Amino acid sequence: MSDRHDNRTSPAGPRFHFLSVVSLGMLALLVGLIVALFASSLSYESLSLRHVVYLAGSPEILAAMQLSLTSSLLTLAAVMIFAVPAGYALARYRFPGRALADAIVDMPLVVPPVIIGLSLVMFLSTGTGQTIESGLKAGGWSLQSTFGIVLCQFFLCVPYAVRSAKTAFLEVDRSLEQTALTLGCTRWQAFRKVTLPLARNGLVAGGVVAWARALGVFGPMLVLLASAQVKVETMSTHIYLELSSGNLEFAIAATAIMMVLAGAALLAVHALAPGRKWS
Amino acid sequence: MLALDSLSLRVGDFWLREVTLRVANGEYFVLLGPTGSGKSLLLECLCGLRRSESGRIRLGDRDVTHLAPHQRKVGYLPQQSLLFPHLSVRANLMFAPRLRGLSRRQARDLADPIIRSLGLGNLLDRRPGELSAGQARLVALGRALAAHPDLLLLDEPVGALDEPGRREVCQQLRRAHKDFGATTIHVCSSLAEAALVADRVGILAAGRLVQIGRLEDIRLQPAGAEVSRLLQIDKRELL
Repeated sequence: MSDRHDNRTSPAGPRFHFLSVVSLGMLALLVGLIVALFASSLSYESLSLRHVVYLAGSPEILAAMQLSLTSSLLTLAAVMIFAVPAGYALARYRFPGRALADAIVDMPLVVPPVIIGLSLVMFLSTGTGQTIESGLKAGGWSLQSTFGIVLCQFFLCVPYAVRSAKTAFLEVDRSLEQTALTLGCTRWQAFRKVTLPLARNGLVAGGVVAWARALGVFGPMLVLLASAQVKVETMSTHIYLELSSGNLEFAIAATAIMMVLAGAALLAVHALAPGRKWS
Repeated sequence: MLALDSLSLRVGDFWLREVTLRVANGEYFVLLGPTGSGKSLLLECLCGLRRSESGRIRLGDRDVTHLAPHQRKVGYLPQQSLLFPHLSVRANLMFAPRLRGLSRRQARDLADPIIRSLGLGNLLDRRPGELSAGQARLVALGRALAAHPDLLLLDEPVGALDEPGRREVCQQLRRAHKDFGATTIHVCSSLAEAALVADRVGILAAGRLVQIGRLEDIRLQPAGAEVSRLLQIDKRELL
């Protein structure tokens, strides 16, 4: 209650009133609940930190982690390739169907994730899907392997990056681009030398959120896992399978790794947030 | 020489109609008019940020009417300074030279006379957010000059400054004009400001260029009621 911002904006009078007590109380309760939720998953009595570290080094967990990291990084690359131009288009251009395109990009956010996996499996059963699948297999790929995982993660995560990119580009004053044009920049140079550096933090934050989401995608993975002829076990499905087999220790070890990665992503996003606006 | 022939531009319900104008090489021309008369629109059209409906813009022997902004060699100082906030003052000043592929050293050599002329030497390592409004205007002017434009457009360059700041920046504008000789169009709505800098003045009212001439001549023989009204308003400012 005593930071610089509050000193400047708070009117005179009692520091604690109904609104502040309720809002701060609810915030404290929410933070407490979230911390308690995650802490409880790591406080399993018969499991020490050393034990968790040991289990985390098991071949199964390492393989799942490798697949999760590989697929989520590939997804991140694919997401950014689409999200940056798409976010720019939504932020800068007025065109017929813009509102519809904007809404459709958000669709994966409101559709239950399992539907994405199911749609992919259904797509595989169509003539087009089978043609694509046979083409992929000729190149050593398959929709039911890493490629399929990346597709599921892509559709679930791309809205986060597009939203973030759109907001980041909206925050860059369009007149700065126009000024760059009058200084001799082509449109591409103005984008690369002015807009992109100014939107950078927002784009990176969006990418980090998308990557963290990709790492944790579960619903579609389960559908893919059920239909796959090969092993497509990511960290999230690995936790589920270990839990189903009664191997709670392995599930918790994998959970700990996921939480460390998620925590790192959260820190990265918050570290970037204050610098989003240049003054 | 800048030559505008029957230049027309429409934005919504507003029309900039049939603007015909000649500005000689090295001339400091002031476009004077009340708010909403179309001054900024005309500048945006000249630098290529807006397309004209009809008419022609020639710069020397080049027809630039349909050229993209980066092909025109027209420097533009918008109403807000619009310095690039992620770059230092030095990097802002070297932006256009570096864009042309000059090395850092060559760009610095090119920017140095501008820095000296505008007195920006002690600001070079600052960020735009650390500048006063007047300093930011001068840096933006320096950045535009460093692009070596054939034509320099200044949109209300001292509009946001207090009176002493206006005078000081106007003097520096004239000094820079003398040092670098760029053909300049300076837009403002103040007669006093025009008197400080102009070689010639054009009066723009409701989208039409209604009178062009030396300021003294316009004062003596205003062409019509609109110009008289504008001069009456501004006489109070001059007192």
